[in-house]
Amino acid sequence: MKIVLEHITKRYPNRNRKVGGVFTAVDDFDLTIPDGKLVGLLGPSGCGKSTTLNMICGLETPTEGKIWFGETDVTNLTPELRGVGMVFQSYALYPHMTVRENIMFPLGNLKGADKLSKEEMLRRVEEAAGLVQIDELLDRKPSEMSGGQQQRVAIARALVKTPKVLLLDEPLSNLDARLRLSTREEIRRIQRETGVTTIFVTHDQEEAMSISDQIVVMEKGVIRQVGKPQRVYDEPENLFVSKFLGTPPINVFAGRVAGGRLRIGDDDVFEVPGVADGEVMVGIRPEGFQPATHGALHCELVAVERMGRDTSVVARHPALDATQMRAIVSSDARIDRSLQMVCFAIRPEKCRLFDPQTGERIRFDGDAVGEGAAR
Amino acid sequence: MNTRSLKGWLYLIPAIAFLGVFVVYPLFDVFVYSFEEGYNSASQTYFGVGTYNYSYVLRDPYFIQALKNTFVLVIVTVPLSTLLALAISVALSSIKKLRELYQTVYFLPYVTNTLAVGLVFMILFQKTPYSDGFVNQIIMALGGNSVDFIDGPHWAKMTVMCIYTIWVVLPFKILILTSALASVNPDYYKAARVDGTSSWRIFHRITLPMISPMVFYLVITGFIGAFKAYGDVVGIFGTNLNAAGMNTIVGYVYDMLYGNSGGYPSYASAAALILFVIVLTITCINLLVQRRSVQTS
Repeated sequence: MKIVLEHITKRYPNRNRKVGGVFTAVDDFDLTIPDGKLVGLLGPSGCGKSTTLNMICGLETPTEGKIWFGETDVTNLTPELRGVGMVFQSYALYPHMTVRENIMFPLGNLKGADKLSKEEMLRRVEEAAGLVQIDELLDRKPSEMSGGQQQRVAIARALVKTPKVLLLDEPLSNLDARLRLSTREEIRRIQRETGVTTIFVTHDQEEAMSISDQIVVMEKGVIRQVGKPQRVYDEPENLFVSKFLGTPPINVFAGRVAGGRLRIGDDDVFEVPGVADGEVMVGIRPEGFQPATHGALHCELVAVERMGRDTSVVARHPALDATQMRAIVSSDARIDRSLQMVCFAIRPEKCRLFDPQTGERIRFDGDAVGEGAAR
Repeated sequence: MNTRSLKGWLYLIPAIAFLGVFVVYPLFDVFVYSFEEGYNSASQTYFGVGTYNYSYVLRDPYFIQALKNTFVLVIVTVPLSTLLALAISVALSSIKKLRELYQTVYFLPYVTNTLAVGLVFMILFQKTPYSDGFVNQIIMALGGNSVDFIDGPHWAKMTVMCIYTIWVVLPFKILILTSALASVNPDYYKAARVDGTSSWRIFHRITLPMISPMVFYLVITGFIGAFKAYGDVVGIFGTNLNAAGMNTIVGYVYDMLYGNSGGYPSYASAAALILFVIVLTITCINLLVQRRSVQTS
């Protein structure tokens, strides 16, 4: 089911009555989600991603705009008429029912011509349980299960009515780190097997990057960028997106372009053809630094952390917008700690320029990973 | 015994001493009294030991009347007040405007003096040479015949008693149930809404099981409270309850001790122990039912 969100806006009366006025949670949100894809809504808390999910679900109605499921306008339809399944952050499994009763609960709501026989219901429950691999646990109570198992039950309950759209609100945030890895694979597998259009909300960029076909980065109710995860990472359209994606985060410097050359502090870094003279923000990914004796960027060395596969270099630079920067370099790199200085050569394709006022990307020849390279 | 637990016992001594003197010893004493036959409170002597006090009490028509009254009161008011409180709490938790105002109104009986409320009820229901009373005016306006609720037939008096009891126990039940309802995670309701669950199904498959421990708590305390009814009855029907045919078990105990026919601590003790056995039995049954049907999360 293709989903189209057409200029969706959601406003609430401000919670603080003294201030009054309205709070815009989602502002002119325009997005098309192709059929059968797994899409991650990503953003810091309070950016409106959960509100967006609730509006797609039908738990909330947009103040303005329309929502289309395929050719149907569902803006004012109740959730059950939209054919959505939803997995809540708390899973919301009914604690007094067994797993079987929990999964069967949505089927019991069907009325009239849709009403199912008891046998058919049980068969559907078995099917959904099989899909999420909890067949053995059907007679347990939710409290007798681990967090990961509870989540599978919640997914099975959302899928048992064979919805056209599956919505997941922070699906992994209540799980411990190890379970998160396996569960996100599991969500990916279930989505592939069922082919159901799936939208999930997360504030964890790694989670979104790892399983989404498409990510939607949001900030303060506004879409900042939409695209394939790797492409959004490689080609951020603004400073917010570049800072939000990537661990360790991108290092941001105050820089200046003069005569077609980029300068960071007193260091003349490289040529940036086609950029007008003036102030710029320079974002350099941790993997964009190469230790080199005659490297352009002169940094004060703080620490070298060897982490097996690669080495993390913590350093300071006067033009940095944070107190420290972090570079990830190959573990073969020899860094002389006694010098207390380290020089880096910068890889232009890992370096992004932004307008200091608007935060928008400023392109220069040579910064592109290239259309072909953006997988 | 180590120092730590010795210290603990030391801190407990004041409470234990107090409870021992004023609760445990009297309880034990009541038990002893109830088996002392022909006890004379003036000389503090008795003839013998046996079960005569019990057989006397159980054959006393006043006790039988008190027993009947108490049972009717319990059987009528406990289920009705709990259901009513549940309905009001659900309604309260589904409105937003004026909710605090309503909550305050429903809570007023709880902070009002029992005897004062009893008098108000008497005025509402009583028939005097000058007025039929407010309730009778309504009945007559609806085309019925006026009834003397305070000095009239037994069923009319029981009706007043039941209405009064329900009204007086409602606030506490509403208070407990509204907080129980508020503690249910709203995600359950959202999940049910996404699945298109009807509000009745949400109520009896989700809400009710979630708050059932509290409902059972209210039923048990409601039973105990209704079995102990006395003060409210006096407030409406005056102190001579036997004459009004409106005595309760606790009222009978009181009369045996201090009433006109008073001075019979043995009969009073026997009646009190009978009440104790009844309450104990009912509470045990309640707990058994609860263990079987209430779900704990």
